[in-house]
Amino acid sequence: MAFVAAPIFYLLAGFVVLGGVLVITRQNSAHSALALMGTLLAVAGLDVTLYAPLVAGVQIIVYAGGIVLLFLFAILAVNLEHSENDRRFNRMWPIGLAASCGLLASLLYVFTKSKALFPDRMMTLPGSSNVQDIAKMLYGETGRIAEYTLTFEITSLLLLVAIVGAVMMTKRRKIQQPIQ
Amino acid sequence: MVPITTFHYLLVAAILFLLGVMGVLMRRNVIIVLMSIELILSAVSLNLVAFSRMWGNLHGQVFALFITVDAVAQTAAGLGILIAFFQNKESGQG
Repeated sequence: MAFVAAPIFYLLAGFVVLGGVLVITRQNSAHSALALMGTLLAVAGLDVTLYAPLVAGVQIIVYAGGIVLLFLFAILAVNLEHSENDRRFNRMWPIGLAASCGLLASLLYVFTKSKALFPDRMMTLPGSSNVQDIAKMLYGETGRIAEYTLTFEITSLLLLVAIVGAVMMTKRRKIQQPIQ
Repeated sequence: MVPITTFHYLLVAAILFLLGVMGVLMRRNVIIVLMSIELILSAVSLNLVAFSRMWGNLHGQVFALFITVDAVAQTAAGLGILIAFFQNKESGQG
């Protein structure tokens, strides 16, 4: 049984692969950032076809809208003028290519051995809305916490630490005056 | 045409993961290395959502949300390190 119509899947999967290839092969890092945005939007589209609208919406807002913007600001602040003349790939690129081919070989092995494990039947759609179900798993119901509430609190702590760390790292320090 | 199953989504996620690994290992520009790490993370989240659809429960989707949050935190930290490094370099005290 099919999850979704084949042309939609192949179109989105084509955008994912094309965007991924463009990210890792462009000379200009701003072009790579735009290709990354295209890839993340296509992955969000694939999440919509997998009946995960909240994950897709969060990925569009946070990944494509937030992280790519962060990257563009970092490119603006740092190295756009240096990147035109540099060599694109580093000195170790044959070893990186060999390692990637090794990873490809192991992935192909796993896929060919385990193709029978993935069922083809279609799961029934849940009765209520997706956002409510995810909220029940994250926040719990009246009188009890859910199994992911602790993880949710820990991720908020993680975000706080990341924000404080980023601000502290990029503060400009005053140059110490020598004692007369 | 062959019907689209879980396997197709796993293949797309694996290709994206492979492209991300190649970007991390082979590119010289550190911002593009950070972008390739984002590709790896989004490949993992696609994999999780595909399995969540296969099993019919929402655990994979919830964990994909946590992976998104984690990607934000590590991108912010990585870009902070990058900018602090280039601030230090340009001021001549690096």
